[in-house]
Amino acid sequence: MPSLKKNLTKIKTLLKKELTLELRRKSVFSGLALYLFSTVFIYYLTFNLRQNLISPLVWSALFWVTILFSSINTIAKSFIGEKRGQDLYFYSLVSPESIVLSKLIYNFLLCLVLALAGLGLFVLFLSNPIETTWPFILTIALTAWGFAASLTLLSGIAAKANNSHIVMTVLSFPIVISILLLSIKITKNCIDGLEASTNYDELLTMVAINCLVTAASYLLFPYIWRT
Amino acid sequence: MKKQWWKISAALLLIYSVVGGLLFEVPRLNIVNETIRALYFHVPMWFGMVAMFLVSTYHAIQYLRNSQSIHDTYSISFATIGLVLGLLGIVTGMIWANYTWGSPWHGDPKQNGAAIALLVYFAYFILRGSVANQEQRSRLSAVYNIFAFAAMIPLIFIIPRMTSSMHPGSGGNPGFNMYDLDSKMRMVFYPAVIGWIAMGTWIASLLVRTHLLTEKLEELEDEQNS
Repeated sequence: MPSLKKNLTKIKTLLKKELTLELRRKSVFSGLALYLFSTVFIYYLTFNLRQNLISPLVWSALFWVTILFSSINTIAKSFIGEKRGQDLYFYSLVSPESIVLSKLIYNFLLCLVLALAGLGLFVLFLSNPIETTWPFILTIALTAWGFAASLTLLSGIAAKANNSHIVMTVLSFPIVISILLLSIKITKNCIDGLEASTNYDELLTMVAINCLVTAASYLLFPYIWRT
Repeated sequence: MKKQWWKISAALLLIYSVVGGLLFEVPRLNIVNETIRALYFHVPMWFGMVAMFLVSTYHAIQYLRNSQSIHDTYSISFATIGLVLGLLGIVTGMIWANYTWGSPWHGDPKQNGAAIALLVYFAYFILRGSVANQEQRSRLSAVYNIFAFAAMIPLIFIIPRMTSSMHPGSGGNPGFNMYDLDSKMRMVFYPAVIGWIAMGTWIASLLVRTHLLTEKLEELEDEQNS
């Protein structure tokens, strides 16, 4: 399978390029970190007025809203921010499949870092209602994967439309909601300290939905790339 | 005239299902009582919606395969009718819920899932509105259509079945077979399903025709002006 091996090296190179670019343009990453920090800090200041108002369910709602919108903002820039002509240059070099896979892996890593950092900030500033930690971390990872898989393709679509950022939010919200519904449900179980085995059904469904969305992105991306 | 038989039968089936749905005998059940007649209108509309979206997605796939603009026209027309049937389905469901569950919007998982599924298709129309280039619009909306259909499957068919729901057929509840002991309801239900699907197809084909005619008119105007 020489072509598979070649594709893998291409994906690796593209991934490396994304990471280097990200680390070089520190402003983007630090901007995101500040965005997350400001959001959590506003929650902290608001709920500081009256302690113990933040019940576990409010915590879970705030957490997922924050993660959702920071993920949408993060992934939106993966195609919207690119300069014209740059995509043509890549098009002449590599196959669209390797581009979408590298972006997907990169966005997954970014979402994961973002969600874990968000969790850290929430625990630091608000409280830690999570009783069973590992299932929750697993849920965060699966959600990050689902977000990355669906939002990468949508960002590619939105980049071609007028007022991309609004279109991006409108398109992505209904698509990611099924993943979000499941993660909210698991979060509630984790808050209640139920055994990890109670979540198997939901976790498996999440894996299935993620596979579906990833496959759809992989198959559909070449078509939006061509225009 | 030879090809029109299915349109006539669609109209006849719907007339039959409306008359039969309102007049035929139905099982007497607690709480549900006479409102069980809503089943003849509410459920077939959802079946019709799913069928319309399925056809729309099929044409979106065809468009991506051979880029003929006729497939894009089919795709948008069937999506429009699917959306209309979905809205009708949600309204009839709300009327039914008002009498049996006590309030029109009950936060039922299936209800929420259906509302989100409709949002997906509203987003589809917004996407079409915000791309200027015609070929690009067709391609992008075809991609989003397929993606949206894939994302709709878990919302309507999987998640409601996992959570507790008051809908028959969800959360371990039996489907409507339980109520329909003597299969009399099927005599109206299945014709209604076929009738709504056929009627939706008919309206969608009319939409396609008007669309093609407008395109032709625009072409003629362009020729006159030049």
